Amino acid sequence: MGKYIVRRLLQMIPVVLGATFLIYAMVFALPGDPTAGKCGERECSEAYKAAFYEKYNLNDPLPIQYGKYMANVVQGDLGENQYGNDVAGELGDRYLVTGKLALMALLWEGVIGIAAGALAGIRKGGFMDSLVLVSTLFLISIPVFVTGVVSQFFLGVKWGVASVTVSADATVYELLLPSFVLGSLSMAYIARLTRTNLAENLRADYVRTAKAKGLTPQRTVGLHALRNSLIPVVTFMGYDFGALLGGAIVTEGIFNIQGVGGYIFRGVNNRDGVAVVGAVTVLVVAYLLVNLLVDLLYGLLDPRISHD
Amino acid sequence: MTETSRHVTDGEDVAPTDDSQRAMVDETLRAEGDIGEARSLTQDAWRQLRRSPLFWVSAAMITVFVLMAVAPSLFTSLDPAKGDLSRSRETPNAAAWFGRDLQGYDIFARCIYGARASILVGVFATLGTSVVGSVTGMLAGYFGGLADTLISRIGDIFFAIPLLLGAIVFLSSFRGDDPGYFQVVFQVVLVLVVFGWPSIMRLMRSSVLQIKPNDYVSAARALGASPVRILRSHVFPNAVAPVIVVSTINLGVYIAVEATLSFLGIGLIPPTISWGVMVSDGLPLLRASPHVLLFPAVFLSLAVLAFIMFGDAVRDAFDPKSR
Repeated sequence: MGKYIVRRLLQMIPVVLGATFLIYAMVFALPGDPTAGKCGERECSEAYKAAFYEKYNLNDPLPIQYGKYMANVVQGDLGENQYGNDVAGELGDRYLVTGKLALMALLWEGVIGIAAGALAGIRKGGFMDSLVLVSTLFLISIPVFVTGVVSQFFLGVKWGVASVTVSADATVYELLLPSFVLGSLSMAYIARLTRTNLAENLRADYVRTAKAKGLTPQRTVGLHALRNSLIPVVTFMGYDFGALLGGAIVTEGIFNIQGVGGYIFRGVNNRDGVAVVGAVTVLVVAYLLVNLLVDLLYGLLDPRISHD
Repeated sequence: MTETSRHVTDGEDVAPTDDSQRAMVDETLRAEGDIGEARSLTQDAWRQLRRSPLFWVSAAMITVFVLMAVAPSLFTSLDPAKGDLSRSRETPNAAAWFGRDLQGYDIFARCIYGARASILVGVFATLGTSVVGSVTGMLAGYFGGLADTLISRIGDIFFAIPLLLGAIVFLSSFRGDDPGYFQVVFQVVLVLVVFGWPSIMRLMRSSVLQIKPNDYVSAARALGASPVRILRSHVFPNAVAPVIVVSTINLGVYIAVEATLSFLGIGLIPPTISWGVMVSDGLPLLRASPHVLLFPAVFLSLAVLAFIMFGDAVRDAFDPKSR
């Protein structure tokens, strides 16, 4: 187990380096003068330009620029963005919001998705099954930005049952609707995954044994079949959590949530390279770590999978 | 020199008999095949597909959308780029079936013409990821060792960057000042391929790893077949089924991603007509004129729905467990 974790952590290093270099190269290859607009409506002075280029190592070739940047990152210094704010500090605040949003989305996904999938899977081909299949198909095919805006308009603006936008505090009540919208796509996938697995497990021998022993249907399904069917569902939710931590650019944009996704999107639009690269670096590392945790969890949940 | 020319004339003389013989052999083989009822996975899948209503409904929808993309003038004679500002935000009526948007464009015509961008992006992104993913996946799975490590780690790098995020950074970096229609579409396709191939690669790799230990692969190698030949005629046909299934579903997903990028203002951009751009134009008008948003959103959802339904039907057909 320990060996496996160390090997995975070592494997992560080239991936993190590659991914961040890719983003770094793309962001700093952005066309245009990096000092444009820095000095109001006039050309920046030569002295300022020289200082600016020196500060961001823009005179060095790209790999060396990247090396100097990464040397700082390893020491926990993500640099300053164009407003002079510390990127690491800003990201910390925003990760609190994004993490909260992701957890709530995960909760919606888990509760509704598993319930719907279980109801559908118990009787494959029944009414509930068709209902769940059709409704998940709709959830999957309607793009998130349409569900987001339409639900914001009807639930928030017209009927006033949900909060229209999210303030800087991002309270649980305010995040109810955005997290539901964010989780809706995965909710559909979870429902389908649960359904398929449950239907397959219900045909397994151990379920027949349980029935033959005279267990109630609730116990057979709940204790034996459903718990085994949830193994792939739980791992899917784990991977999904990793992806959600990447920030939901669209959902955060619609509901004005001050999260990581919006931070990156604004950084790209404002040509704020340091902010973008810093945020993406943190995000990639978080994503890889969550994936490692999920793989370890899989081994715990399913003893047939061993990591030795 | 004389040798070759003799061969050629010989060949010409023999050719007709050869052909007729081959035809006879083919005929007998086919007859035997019918008697033996030996069906390949693909034939089995096709039999299953033909009985699925989901398949026929989605196939019909896809045919309509592809026709729209190829020949939009079949569906409407109106000009999608002709704006009439005096009729801005007109509600649906006999002249403009779906009404008009803020610029006074006919929404019905634009919905029809918008199919082209979505279908182009979806089809080419799917083709691109399938080709790149299959080739790299086969190389990694079949040769193993250094090739596997290299390809898998490079795949990990692209996999670790979320698709939407990578697309945003990539597109904002490499967009020229005034790109033409095909350049815009090509850039979006490229970005989807660059960040989408690792999932297909992983799928193909694991599929090849299952095929590789089979006897027929060893037999082909023992007979002296080259790696290219083994991969092409033995490994690929047996390993491709999961890739086909996932690619079909991905087609719908890519159309949705394209629309999302256009919605964010960095995918397709005007004057390209696209459902994503139309939805994004319609959003601010949601309260006053919901029809501007409604129709492109419905078209977009239907297209995604059609491809995902199609993919579902294909998966059920290829997956023996679901029968």
